[in-house]
Amino acid sequence: MKNVWTVATNTFREAVRDRVLFNLVFFALLMMGAAILVGQISIGIEESVIVSLGLTAISVIGLFIAVFIGVGLVSKEMDKRTLYALLAKPVERWEFLLGKFCGLVMTLTVNTAAMAVGLYLALWTVKHTLEKSDGWILVAVYLILLKLALIVALALLFSCFTTPFLAILFTAGIYVAGVFAGDLRTVQAVDLSPATMNLLKGVSYLLPNFENFNVMGAVAHGRAVPGALVRQATLYAVVYGAVVLAAASAIFSRRNLK
Amino acid sequence: MRVDTGEVFGFLGPNGAGKTTTIKLLVRLIFPDGGSARILGKSIDDVSMHQEIGYLPEQPYFYDYLTAAELLDYFARFHRLTATDRQTRVENILKKVGLETAKKIQLRKYSKGMLQRAGLAQAILHDPQVVILDEPMSGLDPLGRREVRDIILELKKEGRTVLFSTHILSDAEMLCDRVGVLVGGKLRGVGTPEEMVGIKTQGMEILFEVAEGKNLPLLAKATRTGERYRVQMPEEELYGAIEQLRAAGARILSVAQIKPTLEDFFMNLVEADRAQANAVEVSGK
Repeated sequence: MKNVWTVATNTFREAVRDRVLFNLVFFALLMMGAAILVGQISIGIEESVIVSLGLTAISVIGLFIAVFIGVGLVSKEMDKRTLYALLAKPVERWEFLLGKFCGLVMTLTVNTAAMAVGLYLALWTVKHTLEKSDGWILVAVYLILLKLALIVALALLFSCFTTPFLAILFTAGIYVAGVFAGDLRTVQAVDLSPATMNLLKGVSYLLPNFENFNVMGAVAHGRAVPGALVRQATLYAVVYGAVVLAAASAIFSRRNLK
Repeated sequence: MRVDTGEVFGFLGPNGAGKTTTIKLLVRLIFPDGGSARILGKSIDDVSMHQEIGYLPEQPYFYDYLTAAELLDYFARFHRLTATDRQTRVENILKKVGLETAKKIQLRKYSKGMLQRAGLAQAILHDPQVVILDEPMSGLDPLGRREVRDIILELKKEGRTVLFSTHILSDAEMLCDRVGVLVGGKLRGVGTPEEMVGIKTQGMEILFEVAEGKNLPLLAKATRTGERYRVQMPEEELYGAIEQLRAAGARILSVAQIKPTLEDFFMNLVEADRAQANAVEVSGK
């Protein structure tokens, strides 16, 4: 695992030096603007507006990083041929891949944590206090992070066998489909045959169900998030992510680097 | 094909001959459809074998956000070296390849030649027993080429095995114990540079000076450069020519054998290959 850690820390260093964390400036400006604006126009709903806006921004910014940088993790190294010298070292290809994954997840963790601090600051600016129930925001942020990790795994998988452009399209497509995976399972359409309905249901179970990670509504209104939900979402992300990374490793391990 | 321990082996061939493909197969960047290869007795699929090999890719490109020292430290970590050992080796190797003063500059600011040196440094950083270099002189100025040649000779002196590809034949003649010539994906010959070109001389060459206006039949065959004349002839005509020159009062500067060079051998192979390809194409029509 030492090789995985070495690749991961270098991936994190690359993200920092390529100024990926500069998005935090945008987030800070957004939160400051929202805090000022909400304080002037909202009556009694400042907290839920700030929390909703903050969590959505954390999710969307993270999504962009996960998709675009996730796809580039391997494809950029192949295009620039930077991995040629590396793969001639005593490093297994799966170690390289897992290291790249962990490196970007580290970057997203730091990024998301910094944005969470920004969200709490904005909340404090509006309310001039923080309550115990505001702690649920951290749970929501944790679930967003799990979702982002899963997206990074998918982006890595697609970038192992297709072009960066198509990999971005596939990852974004799977994300959108995954958001509606729950709806697909319960869809009742009169004009669809039972066979089509079963097929849709089957596909919905294959897709990553990103709704498992969405507790923004509840947290924005100060409601508690059940521990069982957090545990299930964690287990789901770990198992699904492991399967996706295993598939990516299997493909990448036999790929010819021309 | 077999490369023996401690020898410098040159892999020659025109562009597209398959030199880089063969090297990539050896370092597991691509996978063979068939056949097998072993390095130090271990299958190339055995990742532990990579502890003992160093590889310089063709036209290397590295993480440009790193400095040379950081890049080498990063690569050294995969070879299980301690922090102190890594630091000492990185310092020494940077000195060896002439990048000591540029070690804190990000690689994005490096010239092609400097990247080549950084690439060479990462290939030999961990004291590998086998060093595989893909076009190591490419992109280097004469000074840089000389330094790379010196490094290869030093590796040989240390008992390491060096396999390098090149299309600069003079480098191969100068450095290699043996060479392998690859044309059109096929190995067309393996041996010492002397064996490859043969020992039979192709004639003799005399370099001389003679005063203007002398009636010397040899001048008709000679080429003139400044005050000097150069003339080539079959070996059996040598003494007759020398007599003529003495009679005319010419000053003989040198007499030398004309030997085929590795380049001649190489060009013959390439041309034969092209002729064969054309013949197949014509008969196909």
